[in-house]
Amino acid sequence: MATVETTYRDSHLRALEAEAIYVMREVAAQFERPVLLFSGGKDSIVMTHLARKAFHPGKIPFPLLHVDTGHNFEETITFRDWLVEELGVRLEVASVQDAIDKGRVVEETGPEASRNGLQIVPLLDAIQEHQFDAAFGGGRRDEEKARAKERFFSHRDRFGQWDPKNQRPELWSLYNGHKNVGEHFRVFPLSNWTEMDVWQYIALEDIAIPSLYFAHEREVFTRRGTILAKTDFITLLPGEELRTQTVRFRTIGDATCTGAVDSQASTLPEIIQEVAAARETERGGRHDDKRSEAAMEDRKKQGYF
Amino acid sequence: MTTNGTASAASAPEDAGNDYLEMDLLRFTTAGSVDDGKSTLIGRLLYDTKSIFQDQMEAVEEASRTRGMTDDDDVPNLALLTDGLRAEREQGITIDVAYRYFATPKRKFIIADTPGHVQYTRNMVTGASTADLAVILIDASRGVQTQSKRHGFIAALLGIPHLVICVNKMDLVDYSEEVFEDIMDEYTDFAAKLDAKDLTFIPVSALRGDNVVDRSPNMTWYEGSTLLHHLETVNVAADKNLRDFRFPVQTVIRPNQQFRGFAGTVASGVVRPGDEVMALPAGTKSTVKEVTTFQGDLNEARAGEAVVVTLADEIDVSRGDMLVRTGNTPTVGTSIEAMMCWMSEEPLAKDRHYLLRHTTREVKAFVDDIRYRVDVDTLHREQVENLELNDIGRVLVSTASPLFFDRYSLNKETGAFVLIDPYSNTTVAAGMIRGEGQDADKVAAEAQRLSMGERPQSENVVWEGLNIPREEREAKQTHKAAAVWFTGLSGSGKTTVAREVERQLFERGIKTMLLDGDQVRHGLCGDLGFSQSDRSENIRRVGEVARLFFESGAVTFCTFVSPYRDNRDWVRHLFPEDRFFEVFVDVDLETARERDPKGLYAKVDAGEIDNFTGVDAPYEAPENPEITLQTAGLSVEESAAEVIRQLEEAGIVPAA
Repeated sequence: MATVETTYRDSHLRALEAEAIYVMREVAAQFERPVLLFSGGKDSIVMTHLARKAFHPGKIPFPLLHVDTGHNFEETITFRDWLVEELGVRLEVASVQDAIDKGRVVEETGPEASRNGLQIVPLLDAIQEHQFDAAFGGGRRDEEKARAKERFFSHRDRFGQWDPKNQRPELWSLYNGHKNVGEHFRVFPLSNWTEMDVWQYIALEDIAIPSLYFAHEREVFTRRGTILAKTDFITLLPGEELRTQTVRFRTIGDATCTGAVDSQASTLPEIIQEVAAARETERGGRHDDKRSEAAMEDRKKQGYF
Repeated sequence: MTTNGTASAASAPEDAGNDYLEMDLLRFTTAGSVDDGKSTLIGRLLYDTKSIFQDQMEAVEEASRTRGMTDDDDVPNLALLTDGLRAEREQGITIDVAYRYFATPKRKFIIADTPGHVQYTRNMVTGASTADLAVILIDASRGVQTQSKRHGFIAALLGIPHLVICVNKMDLVDYSEEVFEDIMDEYTDFAAKLDAKDLTFIPVSALRGDNVVDRSPNMTWYEGSTLLHHLETVNVAADKNLRDFRFPVQTVIRPNQQFRGFAGTVASGVVRPGDEVMALPAGTKSTVKEVTTFQGDLNEARAGEAVVVTLADEIDVSRGDMLVRTGNTPTVGTSIEAMMCWMSEEPLAKDRHYLLRHTTREVKAFVDDIRYRVDVDTLHREQVENLELNDIGRVLVSTASPLFFDRYSLNKETGAFVLIDPYSNTTVAAGMIRGEGQDADKVAAEAQRLSMGERPQSENVVWEGLNIPREEREAKQTHKAAAVWFTGLSGSGKTTVAREVERQLFERGIKTMLLDGDQVRHGLCGDLGFSQSDRSENIRRVGEVARLFFESGAVTFCTFVSPYRDNRDWVRHLFPEDRFFEVFVDVDLETARERDPKGLYAKVDAGEIDNFTGVDAPYEAPENPEITLQTAGLSVEESAAEVIRQLEEAGIVPAA
């Protein structure tokens, strides 16, 4: 094997990478059945890359779990299947459609119906069914106020709930994964990363990401300031008009509520420049966070990612 | 882009405007309350470095308006930017550690933002545990308050090397230089008690933006850095411990029969292929075969790097074990002295066990004794029966199986632990190891021994990072380096014998040096007297100097009365086991008195000298010296020959 250059070893990206790898190895050692929550977005892709590094030359010792709202961009699923093949890992899918069919959740109605909130039940069902005891999430503390106080190892009770007032102290790099039967942990290896760090790391490591992230032409419309893509799952309201625009996505989630941005950035360097100049947070493009100031905290308490 | 919906980096990262590849990371903590303007200061840093996005700013402006918390002249309330959970918003205070991020072209910053009141001591301790630097706020209009001292104490306790004291609200005191200097003087006096290494004072107004990011036009008398400039330039790379290699094994990677690798992050020191290592607790030795990563093999890995290490031999190593260098091992033991912060509502119970997590190891533990509690506001030590939430105290902890540890002040990674309650599963305490467990009398005596300074108690430290390592120097000479320490009463013949030995070896082409008590008393140690603490300091300095000569490859002779065993043992700890020779020049007091080469005994008898070793001050004879010379029955030549013979036998110098 070639001896690698150690030029960037002291950079912030290497420090963040080492921290994430340490956390992933701790999870593999402290838990019996970890799983990596894979949304198809860049953060979960970066996590799979870090997991590959953490356990090399071994294989990633846990499966991926995709909570599928059924409202996906086609590119997301294509990419997911390609990546699973590439990594040689097992993929589990928790389907919101199945949960609806089984009557576990009731679909929102109306033109603004979103399945984002419906992911919680199938996710918790899958965790219970597979007895997963630790689930890696791509959450970052910079994304949203409620996340600024999140731990790397975040305890969830038997109902999958997070208690922001009763979090365990987390000091140095000593992570406490002790729990009772039926409880589990969410683990956030990217806690200390920012959106910029993620993009810089993708460029540094030459990580493959779905084409949705790069500027492309698409049929879109604007709803309450958010640019949404035309999909089969969304109905236009009176006054909303479709147009063709060059856009890209800064996050990838449920197609009905993931906002696009007007952008010409078609390469990683261009995206990095755009992020550097951006005037709106990444989640600013997420339609569902705008519902109330404490929206995220409420969903986290219930067991959202 | 490829056809399967994927796209890889369209161009190499070199084209990406790759300044960010040169950025490093600074983690700092802030402690303070709403009153100090801490949230405003952080808000100001984020705002002036343009780290706040438009939608966040709009949300803050909106919230400022609706809650009527806007500042008098319509500046949006920057404090709201850093204000997280709903409960806090309702109470208007920060109650947990919140992490914030911003970056400049030079550095990425992680702020651990903690509340400052005494009931949040545990949060401050948590935030401080990962920090390279602490920002402490003092309200210029109120002067140094108890709270600012508490923050300094906690920062020092957690071993944060750099403290920045922001004297805030300078606008309220008319930007007065005098006010700033008075605060600076008062806090500097206080900090002298703390063992704080690097103190910087900056006069700021977070509200108005003076000296936070932009230089203040209102304080032209201040010539130092702005806060941001200081944060961008303070050197933290040098804080890493690159001396003592410690590698706690996280997990074993075994993809096939041919490969068995130990995955972990280098806690401290450096590891290279070919290094001789020992696995603890077993004590088995082997050699590092590869230091490998996903990108390939490395020629070395340093503190903080996550790697996989393979060994040349099949030895039994698993999670919780530690790889160390054979010549530089941590203390292995089941009893530790520690400072501990209690973090649980439920008080410490001495009669039940806890789980102690240290590096990647977890063992059962009891807290056997609470030595004292520190009042974090007065720094007074108090006798207590118990530690309760937010208490900080010194404790004695016993573990069911051994830990491999260093003092926290030397090595945070191997000196830190947490206690976990096995019933509630929560983390209840954070500890910083001070050393091996001691009996109670020894703890009382410790204050005195502190005159030796809080220096390495870790055994046989190997220096790393020297431009030319000693081993390389030795390879070019005919002999090895060593330290030969002559101890004995005044007049026992230490110097006479050592001079003869040195002369003979020098004639043989051996590189030598002789450090003599009288010489150093005139220069290096000219400021010291003959009290116990001054004698200790004298020996400490000589030990360090001898160490430097040793590292240069010399056979170094030291001739010092050095009456205290503790002091000599301390010097011994500076050298590898087989390179330190304690020579006990044994002579009875009467013979020494008779020789009296410097007329000192005569002066003692005349009452001109007090505290004279052997007369009215103790001499603690060595218990197991490498060499003993009974000089009463030997000539100088015979004594010298004996020392040289032993050095030849030990392989330090070639036989003549």
